[in-house]
Parts: sequence; C-alpha cells; structure tokens
Amino acid sequence: MQKRLLFNSKLLNITISRLCQHIIENHGDFSDTVLLGMQPRGIHLAERIKNELERQLNKSISLGYLDTTFHRDDFRRRDTPKTPNQTKIPFLIENQKVILIDDVLYTGRTVRAALDAMTMFGRPAKVELLVLIDRLYSRHIPVEANYIGRKVNTMPSQHVLVELAEQGKKDNIWLINDPE
Amino acid sequence: MSQLKTKHLLGIKNLDADEIELIFETAANFKDVLNRPIKKVPSLRDVTVANVFFENSTRTRLSFELAEKRLSADVINFSSSSSSVKKGETLLDTVNNILAMKVDMIVMRHSSPGAPHFLSRHIKANIINAGDGTHEHPTQALLDSFSILQKTGSVAGKKVVIVGDILHSRVALSNIFALQKLGAEVMVCGPATLLPKYVASLGVKVELDIRKALEWCDIANVLRIQLERQKMRYFPSLREYSIYYGINKSLIDSLNKEIVIMHPGPINRGVELTSDVADSENAIILDQVENGVAIRMAVLYLLAGNMN
Repeated sequence: MQKRLLFNSKLLNITISRLCQHIIENHGDFSDTVLLGMQPRGIHLAERIKNELERQLNKSISLGYLDTTFHRDDFRRRDTPKTPNQTKIPFLIENQKVILIDDVLYTGRTVRAALDAMTMFGRPAKVELLVLIDRLYSRHIPVEANYIGRKVNTMPSQHVLVELAEQGKKDNIWLINDPE
Repeated sequence: MSQLKTKHLLGIKNLDADEIELIFETAANFKDVLNRPIKKVPSLRDVTVANVFFENSTRTRLSFELAEKRLSADVINFSSSSSSVKKGETLLDTVNNILAMKVDMIVMRHSSPGAPHFLSRHIKANIINAGDGTHEHPTQALLDSFSILQKTGSVAGKKVVIVGDILHSRVALSNIFALQKLGAEVMVCGPATLLPKYVASLGVKVELDIRKALEWCDIANVLRIQLERQKMRYFPSLREYSIYYGINKSLIDSLNKEIVIMHPGPINRGVELTSDVADSENAIILDQVENGVAIRMAVLYLLAGNMN
C-alpha cells in the first residue's frame, strides 16, 4: 500500500493558523458569524479552528455540530447505511454567517446534504465552506470551498486518511492508494 | 454494527441485543430531530408505506403515521372496518392488492398471532408487526425499554415488574424478550387467572401479591385490563381487580422508595392506576408516547436501509 504524507502536526498547525487569519480578514470581530463542524470528522478540525480563533480574537466563538446522515442522497443506494451522529446547534443560525467546516472535500455530496440539513434550523445570511483538503477535479456537483488548507490532485482509486490527536493518534494526514 | 440483520420486524424474539441497541442509538438521534423547529428529514422520500390495521388502534397507528411522515415517506392507511375484508377477501389477497400499487413497506396489526410471519414468507415488501393478536408488539417493547434507558440511564441490571393481564398481552411477551436481552430482571404480577400457565418457563419471576412485586422492582410497567378480551370472566369485577391489583398513591408512598411507573395506554383510570399515580412525577407514560415516534422512525429508517 503506497501512501504519501499530506500534513504532519507542525504543518497542520501552520495551516490552521493561516486559515483562521483568512477567516478573520473576511469576518472581522465575529459578531454575526458562527462555525458548524460536520460530523463525524469535521468536528475535531472545527474545534481546533474555534480554539485558534478564540486565541487570536480573545473572545468566545459559537461552534455547533451538524450531522448530515438523514439528508444524504445515497441512503438505500449504498451497501450499509451510514451511522448517524449527534447534531448540536445551541444557537440560532437565522441571519447569521455560517462557516461549514469539514476535513476533506471530494464529490461535494456531503456538503449538499449539509446545506439541506442546515436549512432545518433556519435561513443563514451567508454560508461559506472551509476544508482542510480539496480533492481537485472530483466533484459530482458544483460545490467549491471558500477556505482551503491544501489542494491535492487525486485519483478515484485513492483516499485521504485523516488521523488526529483527538482520535488518540498522532496528527497525520495521508493520501493512500487503494489496493486494486 | 450499522444495520439490522433482517428486513422485517416481526417480533423481539428474533432480534439480537446488538440490533436493539442500534435501534436505540438511531432513535436517540431521531428524538433530537423531533425536538427541532422543523421536525422532518427527507430520508424516506422515495418510500411508500401502507399502515394496514385489521384491528382497532389509535395511538399505535397515529404514532406510525407520524413517524412515516417525519421521515418524508408517502403514507396510505387501511382499516379492515371499511374494506373488502368484510366481503371475504383473504389476508394475502388484500395485501397483494395493496402491494400492486407499488408499496414498499407494510405496517400491520392483525388479531391472529403469526399473521405478519405468514405474510413475510409470501411477499417481498418489508413488514413491521404493529401487534399480532396476543403474540408480539415489538415496537411497544422497544419504546418501553428505550424509555427506561432514557429515564434511568441503563436497562441492564434493572428489576422490572409487568403488572396485570399477562395472558392476553402482546406487550408483555415482547417486553419480556426485550428486557431479558438487554440484561434486566423481569417479574410478572397479576391474578393467577391472567397469568399464562407456563410463563415461568420464559425465565421470569411470578408474583401474585402486588405489594411484594412493587417492593422488589425498580420499574413497574402496568398493563391495561383489556375489557374487550374478557369474554370469560377472569376476575369477579373491575372493583375487585382494582382493590387487589390497582396501584394507588398510598401503596406507592408505603414502599419507602421511588419506582418508575409505565403504562402502554390507554389507561383505565381508577382500575389499574389511580389518577394521582398516573399523573405523578414518577410516571413516564407520556414520555413513552413521545419515544414511540422516535423508535418507530428508527425502525422504519433501518429497515428501509435493508430494502435493496
């Protein structure tokens, strides 16, 4: 199994810090901006972004978790159903600017489901997307991210493995060639 | 585990503890959905469900119908009182006619034990048993155990007494299976005429004295006296039943401990429970109804996932 390291811990921290600078450039003092981490793997990244933003801005930032399982368009079309996770949005998103956060942007279908799931909680003023890794040229629907950690050229026969300290591992993100 | 092993929910007897826990985890997520401003998800938007009720039901049918609508399924309702069953059509013909209209799932209540099992051998659609005679009522048992889990944090190790008409009760049998699979201890309590002869062979304790039963238990699941099934006289009068087996506040107060009171509804107030017990803080009867919708959503969702 061939694999290539995309991020190690040091590079990940630098990238998160840079993404936060970029967000602050667009959102100023965060008076009407909230973060939504996408379950299951976007939430750890979202927590880190929140902590970094709070450190840089010295104020508390609202963060919620959004689960897209019941809104997916591949239910009954995949072999095993996805296991749902908790949705926790302890604030109103009506008229707020929402930044959706996920680890990897691939086909764009999860983001479509997330947009659908989010509208169940209200109508945001604006929605943006932050991803750590953008797998280029692999979209099934027209979805693009506003904030990108790293753009990677990938093949359908590859997948991205995200290992984070929150999962009890070392921070490492790999691009892996699937066995044929 | 992320899916059920079966495409039908015929009874608790055929489910594993793992499968019950998967249903509970999924139901907890649906309970969150039900507490949102918009209580609907699009998961079953391409699924049609027929609620086929050959026997009267209000809350089970409403609960299923609401669960189906919250999942965005298309729903049709059928009740035997206004149908060709009265003209002599067989069960299989009736159901095949419904299925010819491209229905994907059948929720069925029938007065004959085993009716959904029979159907499952002859049709392709997923079947959910919503009560078959005096046999099983799996979604009620699931929502009862789920309510215990939500109220007390766990089912394993709990002592649960089922009180009342065990003989005619599909709720009792399904509850016994579910509670035992989840690791609870089960006792049944009622007049000897309303206890099945070999009930102890299911591994449950049997008690004829309601006070001793309540002293033993953490949770009392009190069943309705099914007036419509009392063709034979199993006890002299409702008044006498209420004196010997009715649960009232002075009985509860004399226990020196808190017990949770459950009831599958509809309550005969003043017979099996007095109003001050049914409406007390320890009664979770309305929580059971709320959890019923979440449990039925979970069952429909998981079975739909096994459709192809």
